[in-house]
Amino acid sequence: MIDKTLPLSEVTSKIESGMTIGIGGWGSRRKPMALVREILRSDITDLTVVAFGGPDVGLLARAGKIRKLVYGFVSLDSIPLDPNFTRARERGEIPETSEYDEGMFVAGLKAGANRLSFQPIRAGLGSDVLAMNPDLKTVKSPYDDEEYVAVPGLRLDVSLIHLNRADAAGNGQYLGPDPYFDELFAMAADTTIMSVEQVVSTADLTAKAPPQTLLVPRIFVNHVVETPGGAHFTLCEPDYGRDEAFQKAYAAAARSDDDWTAFESRFLSGDEAAYQAAVEAFTNEGDTQ
Amino acid sequence: MTTQTTTQTVTRADVCVAAVSDAFKDSGEVLAHAVGIVPAIGVRLAKATHTPELALSDGEAFMMAEAPPLLKTAAAGGTPEAWVPFRSIFDIVASGRRHSMMGASQIDRHGNQNISSIGDWRQPKRQLIGVRGAPGNTVNHRVDYWVAKHSARIFVGSVDVASGVGNDRAVGTAGRFHDLGIIVTNLAVFGYDESGLIKVSSIHPGVTPEELQEATGFEIDTSDAPLTREPTSEELRIIEAEDPKGLRFKEVP
Repeated sequence: MIDKTLPLSEVTSKIESGMTIGIGGWGSRRKPMALVREILRSDITDLTVVAFGGPDVGLLARAGKIRKLVYGFVSLDSIPLDPNFTRARERGEIPETSEYDEGMFVAGLKAGANRLSFQPIRAGLGSDVLAMNPDLKTVKSPYDDEEYVAVPGLRLDVSLIHLNRADAAGNGQYLGPDPYFDELFAMAADTTIMSVEQVVSTADLTAKAPPQTLLVPRIFVNHVVETPGGAHFTLCEPDYGRDEAFQKAYAAAARSDDDWTAFESRFLSGDEAAYQAAVEAFTNEGDTQ
Repeated sequence: MTTQTTTQTVTRADVCVAAVSDAFKDSGEVLAHAVGIVPAIGVRLAKATHTPELALSDGEAFMMAEAPPLLKTAAAGGTPEAWVPFRSIFDIVASGRRHSMMGASQIDRHGNQNISSIGDWRQPKRQLIGVRGAPGNTVNHRVDYWVAKHSARIFVGSVDVASGVGNDRAVGTAGRFHDLGIIVTNLAVFGYDESGLIKVSSIHPGVTPEELQEATGFEIDTSDAPLTREPTSEELRIIEAEDPKGLRFKEVP
């Protein structure tokens, strides 16, 4: 068996400035946050980010690492807006955006995964999505009078996804209620880096869970990174829920420059172990109050 | 146990819930999509009364035969009847077997809705959540809107980003399955006239026509508008059972 495990500290050697990066998960759910934090610690920049956005987008935007954002929404779910994202947009700090309808976003990923130049969809017609994306074209049906939006295929240099379990060969397993679009991100990418809560043996993957939970086949995965708590502070059910207290602190800090500087120095100035230790201290503070 | 006489008082929130329920009267066996507390209670009321075939979602990945506690997911209770993760939702949208009641940050007189951003989208004055599924919803199946705080900042002359497609833009393929239904607000219920323009269907008890016009950023005809109906005592009982904590009063005090 090929061993695709990679230490977290080596992840950024696989990513270059200027690349197009797909980020799996959805809003503030099962986001590869440890991988994103690793990018924050590096000098990688000028990224095109493709995501159903949550705090991954917020953090990268605040750090000024996004040149172009392709998205359908950016939300923290229990907190509707990510202040880091809204701040960056309102200050014009994201030079280019492609705001799509969510269904169009999926169509673009499917086309990318299928190596098609576009996929037709009804969504977008009549809306300002066409005005906001002047490069988008429509296509006439060869069979009748219908005309659809031709969503261009989204090809990704690298996809970052986070799952519950995987084996060292790169077979990824989700154990929560929703797979989101993680295998599609993997299929649309030239390189996929998958972080997981735990790396187990192939046999252990299906010892307690049905084989239908094996979402991402190894043929689409290049690197496996074991990062317990790697989706924090987004949810990663059933391993853990969203850290609502921490998310609140994140959103509150993002609203002022001073608070954000303090948040960064407390949580984002060290390595992943330092981050997890700082989070534990934060949680313990809350428990004693 | 003593016998109690309960006097049920009809609140504005309850009037709104009943109006939401009425919106789903002819929906049939489709997935009800409800954004907001009042809409979430309204679709439960619709299912419990006139449209038992309506399919409810837990807001996450399941269609629910028995709904979980209000605003909670299947993890908190209820009986799942189908697995509908996000990947299925977009296919259900395209199939047309869905009826949405969405929110709105802006709506114009043609029913164009904005949830994306305020100002020039290139560098907005206020960035909102993004268009989400509004463009796809509006060209694929019936869409209604819920506005908890009716104001002239929401009902505007023209929207900054048409996220949900209005009647004037629903031409060609965009118009084939386009179906704007009603708009329920904390003050009134709107429909659309033959030319696709917003018209007052009813005004909630306790709201004056002047108040309604004042809170609407374009001219509306309030003459002859009837009062929105009050929920029946049976409906009030169901509303109370679905929302025992009174979460609806957070949205409509």
